[in-house]
Amino acid sequence: MSTRADAGTLASASGAAARQSRDGGATPPSRDGRSGRSSARTKARIAELAFLVPALVYLVLFFGYPVVKNVLMGFQEYTTKTFFTGEAPFVGLDNYSAVLSSSLFDKALLNTVLFTAGSILGQFVLGLAIAVFFRRSFPLNNVLRALLLLPWLVPLIASAAVWRWILDTDYGALNRFLGALPFVDGNPAWLTSTSLALIAVIGVNIWLGIPFNATILYGGLQEIPEELYEAGALDGATGWRAFRHITWPLLRPVVTVVLVLGVVYTLKVLDIILGLTNGGPANSTQTIATYSYFTSFKEFDFGQGAALGNVLVLLSLLFAVIYLRLNRKAVDE
Amino acid sequence: MARRRVLTTALAAGAAVLLPFSLAACGGGSSDEGSTGSGGSAKLTIQDYYNDDPGKTVWEGVYKACAQTAGVEIDIVHIPGSDLIAKVLQQAQSKTMPDVLMLDNPDLQQIAASGALADLSQFDVSTDGYADGIVKASTYDGKLYGLQPITNSIALFYNKKTLADAGIQPPQTWDELKTASAALTKDGKYGLALSAINTYEGTWQFLPFFWSAGGDEKDINTPEAAKALQLWVDMFKAGSISQSAVNWTQADVNDQFKAGNAAMMVNGPWQFPSLAESGIDYGVVPIPAPQAGEPTVSPLGGETWTVPETGNKDKQAKAAEIVKCINSDDNQKLLAEKNNTVPTKTAIAEEYGATNPAVKGFADLVPDLRARTGELGDKWPDAATKIYTAMQEAIVGGKTPEQALADAQNG
Repeated sequence: MSTRADAGTLASASGAAARQSRDGGATPPSRDGRSGRSSARTKARIAELAFLVPALVYLVLFFGYPVVKNVLMGFQEYTTKTFFTGEAPFVGLDNYSAVLSSSLFDKALLNTVLFTAGSILGQFVLGLAIAVFFRRSFPLNNVLRALLLLPWLVPLIASAAVWRWILDTDYGALNRFLGALPFVDGNPAWLTSTSLALIAVIGVNIWLGIPFNATILYGGLQEIPEELYEAGALDGATGWRAFRHITWPLLRPVVTVVLVLGVVYTLKVLDIILGLTNGGPANSTQTIATYSYFTSFKEFDFGQGAALGNVLVLLSLLFAVIYLRLNRKAVDE
Repeated sequence: MARRRVLTTALAAGAAVLLPFSLAACGGGSSDEGSTGSGGSAKLTIQDYYNDDPGKTVWEGVYKACAQTAGVEIDIVHIPGSDLIAKVLQQAQSKTMPDVLMLDNPDLQQIAASGALADLSQFDVSTDGYADGIVKASTYDGKLYGLQPITNSIALFYNKKTLADAGIQPPQTWDELKTASAALTKDGKYGLALSAINTYEGTWQFLPFFWSAGGDEKDINTPEAAKALQLWVDMFKAGSISQSAVNWTQADVNDQFKAGNAAMMVNGPWQFPSLAESGIDYGVVPIPAPQAGEPTVSPLGGETWTVPETGNKDKQAKAAEIVKCINSDDNQKLLAEKNNTVPTKTAIAEEYGATNPAVKGFADLVPDLRARTGELGDKWPDAATKIYTAMQEAIVGGKTPEQALADAQNG
């Protein structure tokens, strides 16, 4: 029930945002001659604005200030000393040039792209398949759908620990299972070989992301009226054709929301990588997010850490803008 | 003051937005603020990272006894180890530092460099009788900022039965270590377990090899360092060490040894209690040296107690008394016994080693232990990162030791 409502509001919210930006914002205040009416209007206007204040204060305090602070820190030499003395000299672009020229940055950027693209692709395709599957009614549908949410409910640290055990090279459950199969030999070093670690981490992240994708997409599917399928069926659109011509076009707004949120969320994933491989081995699962974390909290170079954080924020913004533009076009057409 | 508060809050919030993982480090923590406003009455706050037993009870006992001697009341605050530095930085910024602060010894230089710690010489704290490396680790820029009552290091643990069954003596040189590890690797069990993880823990485990070969943290790109790394690479390539070791912490290494999956392991004396419970019959020898007769240079572990700059001289003097008391001869012995570590005063370490055979291997090391921050001071984290990066690049990253060290040194 709540999942349906969530998906509905999300979808309509994105539509509303697109519409509002086209309208060009609020209308200018009227310059009416009669003072009585105008003062009443001003009062009403002030009351209206007053309702916005808490939200604005919240946004500025908890989102605006940290972002501004982080941007500034990217230009400062911000070290352990700063915490005690309060001195953080501005160093121009030094932090950025140090971070961007380090040999680790290219690797971390590539890993970030691969991790995000791989995770999103896997989560979305599997999530959609599951959502479509559960659209049909069959026995135990509700129970199975509830079970599907489990990865979402387990604390990340716990799932990371369990997956570490499953993926262990020598004693892990997965390799024991593979070893029992006749046509597999060798013990894949899932988390300890540089070629497999990133794939393993992406796999676990996909597992974690499926409930989110499936839930929102399932909610979106519920919004599509059954009559359309009945009408479609009369015209011979069933199965795959019904999906292509009815489900997919009507699901588009929800898909956009899922993808935007997914990308923005996946770009900054930290805990699951730290829990599984700690960015290793040999930096093969280091992303910009983990690189930023290590620079700040292990090497205590908060300026460079902030610079990396800002790179990440820019990447997120870029994706958000691209997807929102695409979505707006889709609504306009 | 108010501005600082806002900054702290904002920083915490900013970290929370960008780095969700750090949330735990920044949140919480109200118990440590009570002591500052108690108007004159000398109630001191002691902060450490012993939030688990048995260490917790032992330490609280020592603190309480010392507070009684000094005639003060105390508040004891335990912060989880991984959050301690983040918490201390936050406290430095908001001027809410505890009166007595415990730090892992390689972190002391960082915090001392920030100006947050008091020079202990003004409180008549003496370093007479302490091993050189111990004093060096707590000294920054020529001034003493901390005092460490007990120390630890790492050595080679071996399963007596497994080695006896195979007719193998505990190895003393690198060559012997290589042959023994290879010979003990069979039936799905490994000859040797160690932690080659990409954290300071991995660097710490590699240091006895690195230093004993003549490696130097100022420039890790040397033939001596490559020689040490080559030894590890050879043992990994031969399959004598599980490749999973690149993800193992020292606790994981201990688990493997306890489960009988490894015949030997590199680990520290803090594992004694857990090994005693497992019932494994084990021996401890120094980490093998490159050649017979050469010394093994081991890293100096353990925590140091400091007095932060809180601005209240009276309280600081009392805090210094507590630090002195924690480091008293009797407490050094008591702590060493209860925590399976080694006293830091050379004479006491010797005396203690003679009565406790399991610890003797470690006690003998004390005079020669090398401090991680001895050469580089607050630049150590950077070097430690380079060392574990090179280590992993050579073990699983496909680079030769020389190439890995050169790349890591050049960043």
